[in-house]
Amino acid sequence: MKTLSKLLATGAFLAAGAVHATELEVTHWWTSGGEAAAVAEFAKAFDASGNTWVDGAIAGSGGTARPIIISRILGGDPMGATQLNHGRQAEELVEAGLMLDLTDIATEGDWANVVNPTSLLDACTLDGKIYCVPVNIHSWQWIWLSNKAFADAGVDTPANWSEFVAAAPALEAAGKVPLAMGQQPWQSNGAFGVIAIAIGGQDLWNKINIDKDADAAAGPEMAKVFEAAVVARQMASKSRVQDWNQATNMVITGEAGGQIMGDWAQGEFQIAGQTAGNEYECLPGLGVNEVISTGGDAFYFPKNDDPAITAAQKELAKLMISQEVQVAFNLKKGSLPVRGDIDLSAANDCMQKGLQILADGNVMLSGDEVLSADTQGQIEDLMVEFWNDPSYSAADAQAAYAAIIADAD
Amino acid sequence: MSMQDNAGKRPVRLLRNLNAKIASIPMIATALVVFIGCTTWTVVYSFTDSKLLPRLNFVGLDQYDRLWGTRRWLVSIENLAWYGFCSMILTLLIGFTLAALLDRKVRFENTFRTILLYPFALSFIVTGLVWQWILNPDFGVQQVVRDWGWTTFTFDPLYNPQIVIFGILIAGIWQGSGLIMVIMLAGLRGIDEDIWKAARVDGIPTWKTYVVVIIPMMRPVFVTALVLIASGIVKVYDLVVAQTSGGPGIASEVPAKYVYDKMFASQNLAQGFAASTMMLVSVIIILIPWAYLEFGGKKRG
Repeated sequence: MKTLSKLLATGAFLAAGAVHATELEVTHWWTSGGEAAAVAEFAKAFDASGNTWVDGAIAGSGGTARPIIISRILGGDPMGATQLNHGRQAEELVEAGLMLDLTDIATEGDWANVVNPTSLLDACTLDGKIYCVPVNIHSWQWIWLSNKAFADAGVDTPANWSEFVAAAPALEAAGKVPLAMGQQPWQSNGAFGVIAIAIGGQDLWNKINIDKDADAAAGPEMAKVFEAAVVARQMASKSRVQDWNQATNMVITGEAGGQIMGDWAQGEFQIAGQTAGNEYECLPGLGVNEVISTGGDAFYFPKNDDPAITAAQKELAKLMISQEVQVAFNLKKGSLPVRGDIDLSAANDCMQKGLQILADGNVMLSGDEVLSADTQGQIEDLMVEFWNDPSYSAADAQAAYAAIIADAD
Repeated sequence: MSMQDNAGKRPVRLLRNLNAKIASIPMIATALVVFIGCTTWTVVYSFTDSKLLPRLNFVGLDQYDRLWGTRRWLVSIENLAWYGFCSMILTLLIGFTLAALLDRKVRFENTFRTILLYPFALSFIVTGLVWQWILNPDFGVQQVVRDWGWTTFTFDPLYNPQIVIFGILIAGIWQGSGLIMVIMLAGLRGIDEDIWKAARVDGIPTWKTYVVVIIPMMRPVFVTALVLIASGIVKVYDLVVAQTSGGPGIASEVPAKYVYDKMFASQNLAQGFAASTMMLVSVIIILIPWAYLEFGGKKRG
């Protein structure tokens, strides 16, 4: 009881002390260990500027959090700032005039020149005005491999997808799950996207996702992708975890051979005290096609009538893209920074690989940037069914996929 | 007649029971605005191409075409039909049986009643989670039985796409039959003791008394119970989310979840509206003939 009243007293004191600073509620869905550590860097920097960061973490994933965030903005109860992915998710909110225009601070900070690649800023721009701050680059195109699992199975850690497929029987014989995979819909969809870019190549991907070419989606090149996905489905058939970080944990403990997951998985390895090259390996583009997508997270600032809040929003926007915060945040998060002009020599092997690919310009747009949420949802439904139903043939899935692409907007 | 003569002029019909009428205005307004108004709005917008925000750009029946061409929706409908059919019969059967047993003047009736009603006090999310654990093959029922020595025993409804909806049904019945039992028990208590005595004098066996005398007398109670169960069936959502999130694959999807996902996750309001309109239509198709039979025709004593 005493501790409780002490806690309450401290809380009241803190609240009283914060009266002069502006409180800004920031919503996001970064709740796993590595993610929470990264977002704390933002909070630290913002608190140091004399304002108060009120953390509005929403558990679940983007799929759970986005509806909550969007209905709060639409319902007239906007938060101070919110995470969303780059691209078309907030398109209609911006069109409806619900987001704060950040063009003035973007000009002041010369974002047009410091943000690399520039497509990140394009995704924040509507009619020449900038409405969001890109904070990191996340790429999906990675497979994470457990050295321990392969050593236990008596085979070398593979260097590309076909070696991985070849090693699967040995892993199974050693009682391991070859491919760890969570059951959340976005994971099924994402893993398929990675296989598509690795096996099908970038030209095919662009034709389907940017030009919405249904013939290409139904063609023989894409058929190979679906056949590869059937193999992957077979390898993941014994994986029964739900969340992505549980699947990553299977790789960390050596229970599973590998996991196809975006570079945010890196934060989990870091928290577990593992380093790239020792306990685990990473292969961008599944070791076949080394490209990375440049989607990621961005922060949007819903319009607010209170000038004090607007000022604090702009302050936070400036901080998020500043050099120091970019370094601190991205090292923890395991993602790549959005600025080309900072030194990330502290980054580990996997991040260095990513930075190199980025510097070489081997980048592609992300699904969030080219497809509407509706089309993404339809593909997700298809992928969930495909990954979970072993009797769903590659040809049937491809036909359904082509039909969705034909209707895509 | 003489009463009215004494009162003089017959009062205006509209002003009779004025207080009661004023008191019911908020309820009538709510019904009109919320039920009729919002329903109409939803139906109208289901014919548009609204995405994240509603907009009046009519596209005819496109949303419905797409809806009925979507595998996920068809699976949802099929699941709801199975869940509804089984849940309706089993909940009534179990609820009535339990009530009849409790009504046989058992000892510790209060205790049993409390225990059986407890599941109803839990939210669907909690119920769903608990049953997700119980049915989990790695540490639930299956593992317990295997630890007893029956090592080939398999019971993993939530991981088998063919029967996953019955895994959800188990949780639904566990949660719902307590309430139905209490309603039935109240109904049974309302039966006059003399009827039992008369049946006993005539030498009618107990089970037959239930079937031919008691159950027909409890018709209003059964109707109440049916309405409660039916409304629970149509809106089943949280159980599925907590137990399987619609998985494995799309095997345990239900219509309410489709509506939610399309409206909020996929940012396609019109598609969600079309799906919810279809849900409303199916309810009406079932409700109207029933209401006609129940309340229409000649008034029953």
